Amino acid sequence: MASLADRFNINAQLEHLQAKYVGTGHPDTNRFEWNLNIKRDTYASFIGHHSLSAYHAIAENESIGRVKYGFKQSMLLPCGLPPEKEDE
Amino acid sequence: MEGNGEGGVPLTGGAVFDKELYGGADVTGYAAVAADLEEDDVDEREAAVASKLASYTAPKSLMNDLPVQEDGDEDPSLLQSKRIVDRESDYSKRRLNRIISPDRNDAFQMGDKTPDARVRTYADVMREAQLQRERDNTMRNIQEKQRREAEELAALDAVPTKASGMAAAAAAAAAPAAAAPSGKRSRWDSAAPVDAKKAKVASEWDSVEATPAVNRWDATPGQAPTETPGRGGWGAADDAAQPKRNRWDASPTPGHGAGGAGETPAGGKRSRWDATPAMMGAAAVGATPAYGMGATPAYGMGATPAGGLGMETPTPGMLAAQMAAQQGVPMTPEAYQQMKVDREMDERNRPLSDEELDAMLPGTAEGYKILNEPPGYEPIRTPGRKLMATPTPFGGTPLYQIPEEDRNQAYDVPKQLEGLPEMKPEDQQYFGKLLKDVDEEELSVEEAKERKIMKLLLKVKNGTPPQRKSALRQLTDKARDFGAGPLFNQILPLLMSPTLEDQERHLLVKVIDRVLFKLDELVRPYVHKILVVIEPLLIDEDYYARVEGREIIANLAKAAGLATMIAAMRPDIDNVDEYVRNTTARAFSVVASALGIPALLPFLKAVCQSKKSWQARHTGIKIVQQIAILMGCAVLPHLKSLVDIVKHGLNDENQKVKTITALTIAALAEASAPYGIESFDDVLEPLWKGIRLLRGKVLAAFLKAIGFIIPLMDAMYANYYTREVMIILIREFQTPDEEMKKIVLKVVKQCVGTDGVEPDYIRTEILPEFFKHFWVRRMALDRRNYRALVETTVEVAGKVGCSEIVGRIVEDLKDESEPYRKMVMETCDRVVRALGTADIDARLEELLIDGILYAYQEQLADESPVVLNGFGTIINSLGQRAKPYLPQICGTIKWRLNNKSAKIRQQAADLISRIAPVMKKCDEEKLLAHLGVVLYENLGEEYPDVLGSILGALKSIVAVIGMTRMTPPIKDLLPRLTPILKNRHEKVQENCIDLVGRIADRGAEFVPAREWMRICFELLDMLNAHKKAIRRATVNTFGYIAKAIGPQDVLVTLLNNLKVQERQNRVCTTVAIAIVAETCAPFTVLPALMNEYKVPELNVQNGVLKALSFVFEYIGEMGKDYIYAVCPLLEDALMDRDLVHRQTACSVVQHMSLGVAGLGCEDALTHLLNYVFPNIFEVSPHIIQSTTGAIDGCRVALGPAVVLNYLLQGLFHPARKVREVYWRLYNNVYLGSQDAFVACLPRMEDDGVNTYHRHELDVFV
Repeated sequence: MASLADRFNINAQLEHLQAKYVGTGHPDTNRFEWNLNIKRDTYASFIGHHSLSAYHAIAENESIGRVKYGFKQSMLLPCGLPPEKEDE
Repeated sequence: MEGNGEGGVPLTGGAVFDKELYGGADVTGYAAVAADLEEDDVDEREAAVASKLASYTAPKSLMNDLPVQEDGDEDPSLLQSKRIVDRESDYSKRRLNRIISPDRNDAFQMGDKTPDARVRTYADVMREAQLQRERDNTMRNIQEKQRREAEELAALDAVPTKASGMAAAAAAAAAPAAAAPSGKRSRWDSAAPVDAKKAKVASEWDSVEATPAVNRWDATPGQAPTETPGRGGWGAADDAAQPKRNRWDASPTPGHGAGGAGETPAGGKRSRWDATPAMMGAAAVGATPAYGMGATPAYGMGATPAGGLGMETPTPGMLAAQMAAQQGVPMTPEAYQQMKVDREMDERNRPLSDEELDAMLPGTAEGYKILNEPPGYEPIRTPGRKLMATPTPFGGTPLYQIPEEDRNQAYDVPKQLEGLPEMKPEDQQYFGKLLKDVDEEELSVEEAKERKIMKLLLKVKNGTPPQRKSALRQLTDKARDFGAGPLFNQILPLLMSPTLEDQERHLLVKVIDRVLFKLDELVRPYVHKILVVIEPLLIDEDYYARVEGREIIANLAKAAGLATMIAAMRPDIDNVDEYVRNTTARAFSVVASALGIPALLPFLKAVCQSKKSWQARHTGIKIVQQIAILMGCAVLPHLKSLVDIVKHGLNDENQKVKTITALTIAALAEASAPYGIESFDDVLEPLWKGIRLLRGKVLAAFLKAIGFIIPLMDAMYANYYTREVMIILIREFQTPDEEMKKIVLKVVKQCVGTDGVEPDYIRTEILPEFFKHFWVRRMALDRRNYRALVETTVEVAGKVGCSEIVGRIVEDLKDESEPYRKMVMETCDRVVRALGTADIDARLEELLIDGILYAYQEQLADESPVVLNGFGTIINSLGQRAKPYLPQICGTIKWRLNNKSAKIRQQAADLISRIAPVMKKCDEEKLLAHLGVVLYENLGEEYPDVLGSILGALKSIVAVIGMTRMTPPIKDLLPRLTPILKNRHEKVQENCIDLVGRIADRGAEFVPAREWMRICFELLDMLNAHKKAIRRATVNTFGYIAKAIGPQDVLVTLLNNLKVQERQNRVCTTVAIAIVAETCAPFTVLPALMNEYKVPELNVQNGVLKALSFVFEYIGEMGKDYIYAVCPLLEDALMDRDLVHRQTACSVVQHMSLGVAGLGCEDALTHLLNYVFPNIFEVSPHIIQSTTGAIDGCRVALGPAVVLNYLLQGLFHPARKVREVYWRLYNNVYLGSQDAFVACLPRMEDDGVNTYHRHELDVFV
């Protein structure tokens, strides 16, 4: 009973965590979901650190604003369409 | 009475109204006033509830029923009732009068179809409400008419002839409450004797009153009013109604019957069947000759009537109980009580069994023979009822049959069901069905469902926590399968049960809450039912019950939607019962907060302007008030519309509507303070006009509204309006009405506190009257008055200055009334604390000191610190100006330190600790030192409270005078303190350890090291103290002592203490070690500590690790020098088989890594992390926590990349258990350093259509 309750609690906590922080994972995270988060986090980091945006702007010979805009756009579907669910 | 002669007042007998003394006032007139007093002021009611709560007790009837033990002591376990009804006020009990209305039509589901005629629609409900109201009006008119008739009659009688005059006058005077009955005399039975008439009238009335409740809807489960005495007034009618009952149920209780039998011939109504044979021996023999015992020898013994069981007519109470039990309707608490008593009696008086008889009586061996019972004999099993048994009328009355006796009846053992919790007797009526054995297969779907729900509810209500939990979950999960109807039809009657306890109610309410979520729109037909049950929670005195009620209603509103909620509650808005309106208003405010005020505004507007009834307007306005109270400043966006909705109520013709409007405006202004004055523009004029015209309660409400509006105004307006209202306020200063007094005080406080009001104005206009009327002794007696007056006076002082106020009341410090002196003292205290004593001149200063000394000396020995606080505050505020008075004060203190009374000695010592800083400031060191010696001499004090105070006083003297100049010298003082450390009294311990700690901190060198060591040993015991403050002071004292005499000896003592068994003691010891390490530098402690780890004893090793953990926590960055030294020890601990070793070592690593982050100890930490990491798979929560902590610490010190590399190997492990752990750790890292580890995440290959490669990372310039 106790262990059941514990698991229930931990899962409840995890659910809460996931609701609060999108990027957190769980045991059933698949390759696609994880990479999605990784990519989005990466772009968010680039956008957030102005120096990194500037670096990319120089490398791509674009304006910083456009580079940031590009990152934002690529956050939409950074890894392409999600794979079909295997079994359901 | 008559014998007393004309116009006299009898010396004995009942109370009579003496017209000569009290004037010719008509007593019946008071009734009207009392009716008017019923008022909806929230504060009042809450105050009433609070005052009830202060000393609530079980109802008298219950207290009388309590079993009394042999020695006369009452059984304490029975004394505390957990039932809700027992602590409720009469007002709250009115919830029991409400009826769970049947399901209503769900207009949404119906669409355009015409609803089925059998379903109750909104129109039906409204029609009923209307009927009810008209009926109520008619009833009231009738009552009014009767009262008038009675008055006329009394007036006629008041012109008496000599003979009849007295009786009539006495009757009129003695029975003001019986006015109605006496009025009926002329109509019904003028010749009947008083008693009979009363009874008749009562029954007549009750039946009339009860009629409204009996309509076709009363067939709902659990709501047949006939079986619920106390609901429709039937309880009261029980006795009274007897004459009207049909003759078959007329066998009365013995006491009643004996009296009744005597009356029988006169009444002439009784048939001979009414008299039971048991009574024959008593009154009946002579009184009913037609039924004489001798005349009918066929009856045999009168005591054993030949009537079969089931024939006997039980008392009305039993009747009700039985019927209720059979029919599954709620019973009253009295009925339960009756049932319980019956059960007990049955058990004790159960018939003797054959074996028992065999044991008692001589048997065949002695030549006796056991005879068979005569044919046809049936024993009566319940002797308790034998007395009341009615005899069988031989020859057979038509229309009556002897019921079969149920031989299977269980007498004592309550049936127990497998897998179900125990059932209380009062649960039987709800869960009785479960006791019947049924074949589950044969049940219809509906019946099976009902049975299932019943089982689950019983588990929730009476079960153990695990049972309850799983039942609750099942109910929630299957809610939609069960359906709303079956669920609520069982839950709601349970909640209305009069024997419900708090815990049970909480659980059932929880069930409703959970179920609501699942059912969603399916609840619509049941909204009103649910509200009837939940609304009473909103006025419960228990805060949590109120919150629970609010939550349910909010969820209900969200599930059912606004339209349904309004449709359900609209009919209750102008209900005749004030209780219903009150709770409905509160429920509506909850709906408003759940669905938003704007949604409700149009409806509220319509209700508040209702032309049909003042009740509707009253409730509508009350809803607004409740919204303001509930939502606070959230009303601001809608303030204007809310005020607009209610403002016309100020001019309403009904006084109650006026009052509630003013209170609502007060609530709105309070909620919106300090903003929103522009919204109140429209109500200013009627309010200020109103206060000039109105009197009494309405005026009080208007003043309250003004009091809350004025603080919102700009300075200029505030000044103007204050002057306007002040005339009225000053007039009302002399009101005798307590409530008015409080409101006036509050308004004065609010007005005076506003910016625009000038001090001069207050000084000249307000103060004289204020002090004349309020600063009187009577005000100090009531706690609420006391507080209000002190607060208002302090507020006034803020405007007019300290000396003005203190000057006016200072003389009263010498008043003879103790409570009044206290009130003066507290006011002085608070005024001086707020404003200082700068403007107090020499003369006033003298008076003040004189006054406080007097008050101090005269105070009774009680706990309240008011006088002491006042003394301390004033003296401290005077500072150096207090110097001339100090000798006198000290003289008093010294004198009182030797007083016989312990309390006085304690007060004296307490006073020293308060004035010691001032004495230092006034250069009275000699005096201080002298006091120190006096206190020192008093250390032999035997009362622990006093001793604690003395130690406290010494502590404050030491603090101001310093170690070197202290008398007695520290080297004499400390040895006296060592034995006191053994004292177990908390106050003594705390003060003593504080004093010792202070000496150890500042003056350790005055005491030889050996004395300190002795104290160290004493201190170890103090680590067991319950109070945390004492343990903390003790641990700190270890640090001071170690600093004074070097850590070695102290450390040895402490390390030895690690061997003790008690956990708290060990934990405190480790803390003390850590503190010693911190104060004396870690290198003095660590070698000895680490050496101690060699001791092959679990507790010691764990203690060492724990101490290390504290050490590294306290020393922080300093840890970088020691990390390599302790590494081997930690390696060992992290590999130990013992779980606690690893756990504690993990917490060492955590604190260590956090301390040395960024200080270049990565190599050691990585090494330790390798030892920590395998522990991630542990299952005990403690070790999980500390391992996670250690890894988190390492993340900070080593960076997320390192930890991430540990984690990558397990994130996609085939075993789910492993993944769970790794993802948890991954999430921690992610939360801690999301941004930082973007760069270290692995390079991923693209997978088909999905591009996982992060090309941006490959960009370079």
